[in-house]
Amino acid sequence: MGNLVIFPIIIPIIIGMILVIFRKNIRLHRVLSLVAAISIFVISLVLMNRIKTDGIQVLQLGGWEAPFGVSMVADMLAVILVMITSVVAFCCLVYAFKTIGEERELFYFYPLFLFLITGVNGSFLTGDIFNLFVCFEVMLVSSYVLISLGGTKGQLRESIKYILVNLISSFLFLVAVAYLYAMTGTLNMAHLSVRIAEVGQDGVMTTVAILFLIVFSLKAGLFLFFWLPGSYSAPPTAIAAIFAALLTKVGIYSIIRLFTLVFYHEPEVTHLLIGIMAAVTMLLGAIGAVAYWDIKRIITYNVVVGVGFILAGVASFTAEGITGSIYYLIHDMIVKALIFLLGGTIIYFTGTSNLKEFSGIMRLQPKFGWMFFIAALSLSGIPPLSGFLGKIFITEGTFASGYFWLGGIGLLTSLMVLYSIMKIFMNGFWGYTDVREESETMSLKGLLLPMGILTALTIALGIGAEGISEYVDLAVEVIMNPSIYIDAVLGSAFVERV
Amino acid sequence: METLMSILVGILFAIGIYLILTKTLLRIILGTSILGHGVNLLIITMGGLEKGGPPLLGIKGLTYVDSLPQALLLTAIVINFATTALFLVLSYRAYKVLGTDDTRSLRGKSDG
Repeated sequence: MGNLVIFPIIIPIIIGMILVIFRKNIRLHRVLSLVAAISIFVISLVLMNRIKTDGIQVLQLGGWEAPFGVSMVADMLAVILVMITSVVAFCCLVYAFKTIGEERELFYFYPLFLFLITGVNGSFLTGDIFNLFVCFEVMLVSSYVLISLGGTKGQLRESIKYILVNLISSFLFLVAVAYLYAMTGTLNMAHLSVRIAEVGQDGVMTTVAILFLIVFSLKAGLFLFFWLPGSYSAPPTAIAAIFAALLTKVGIYSIIRLFTLVFYHEPEVTHLLIGIMAAVTMLLGAIGAVAYWDIKRIITYNVVVGVGFILAGVASFTAEGITGSIYYLIHDMIVKALIFLLGGTIIYFTGTSNLKEFSGIMRLQPKFGWMFFIAALSLSGIPPLSGFLGKIFITEGTFASGYFWLGGIGLLTSLMVLYSIMKIFMNGFWGYTDVREESETMSLKGLLLPMGILTALTIALGIGAEGISEYVDLAVEVIMNPSIYIDAVLGSAFVERV
Repeated sequence: METLMSILVGILFAIGIYLILTKTLLRIILGTSILGHGVNLLIITMGGLEKGGPPLLGIKGLTYVDSLPQALLLTAIVINFATTALFLVLSYRAYKVLGTDDTRSLRGKSDG
């Protein structure tokens, strides 16, 4: 009955493996990868409706009961994220058709892309902490290859740093899992939650929790984001967009999952620490975004600001804050993919990423200009667009829990984000048309479609927030009451027996 | 026994981190490899080192050692193996293209 839960993971991996066999047939690659993205989208819609009527969907792999086997758990938060992942993947794929180039396509770009999606979906849906590690590795190994695919000098240089940082964080993840196993004797997240609730979260357990926080902060770019600006500006646009939209979000999701399901007993230590790290992240990210005149740098630092903001809501640990975090997480995945595609298109169009070298694109490409304008407003959270609702809930949550400084920094950095992105708009799109000669007759046909879809989505999410609010509320309910999750995974009989 | 193993793991970690902080790419990769060994030993140590038969049902014994950490370890080893292989090839390629294995000269602008 719950078999549907595994499909978002096995569809991309099976299609990816088929594509590896037919290396030369690029048309097949394109068609099948789009089919994969669309079918994941459809399945996640079906799953969302099932969760709404029947509660959390759980699949015990191989029929082994919960703490002994690996469980796949689809709660509302995970399924929403899987759905947004498929939308973003679809748009980045369509964008890649035009821009990625035959050389990369021949060398397994689409299979790697699908394996990346496999890892991301697996991380969202797994209910086992070691399985989470494995899914992380599936995602990371694909991203190692994607970041270096093509082998330009800049890519090689950045991929060495990226791989080194991620190898070390993977080792730390294993260390944390080993400690956790030594103390609780289980790896299933629901069972971990039960065990820790029984014995209490003492000092050692909190230390392990902080070790997990360090691991996921390295992955998510929370405070430990030193690797992020370089790595995200090295690969081609379509790859950078999928990285910005998905990779850091998986780290954020893991922080949300672990610190609301497992380590929620000492919020005055762990959640305060998340709050401080989030505040520093927002400030440093916003300073970075304001400082540069390079489009790639500005948008990569905006990724960092987004991470800090989402986790500010988690740090408040109130229903409003978490609601805001989920709205903002959805918005952030869409708008970061959009802004990376837009930024990449500017570079493709003008041939430079330096803002001082061109101006007045608006006259040549009005549609593109307006899309950028909408994306910029959405990114900084102007009311009718999707960024607003998340921001208002997160600010409300931080104020409700007494972290006024955190909410204040969030609002301040919103202004800095608006400035940084409007700097691109005003310098690049306004003024006299001053671009290189070939840009004047260049057409953006085909590139506008994926960006248009994402722009439409960010408008629709802002205006039609009422439509998804019942789904978000269900997600928040599970996050604020871990017992719902535990009952669904272990069965209420098990919980009573213990 | 656990104490002894913990000290060994600590030494391996120290060596690994020292090597990662040096400036030659090959030393960095050796460092990650040693760090990986430390992590693997830590997993097996944290699973408990009690005496018992190997986890094979054919061998009749009163007790068996915990088999779960061994499974985790085996997974971690192959993942580590794959990433190390990729890292080695990548640094070879970087050496060919960039002409250096010194991390100081790996700085600079993205295309330079």
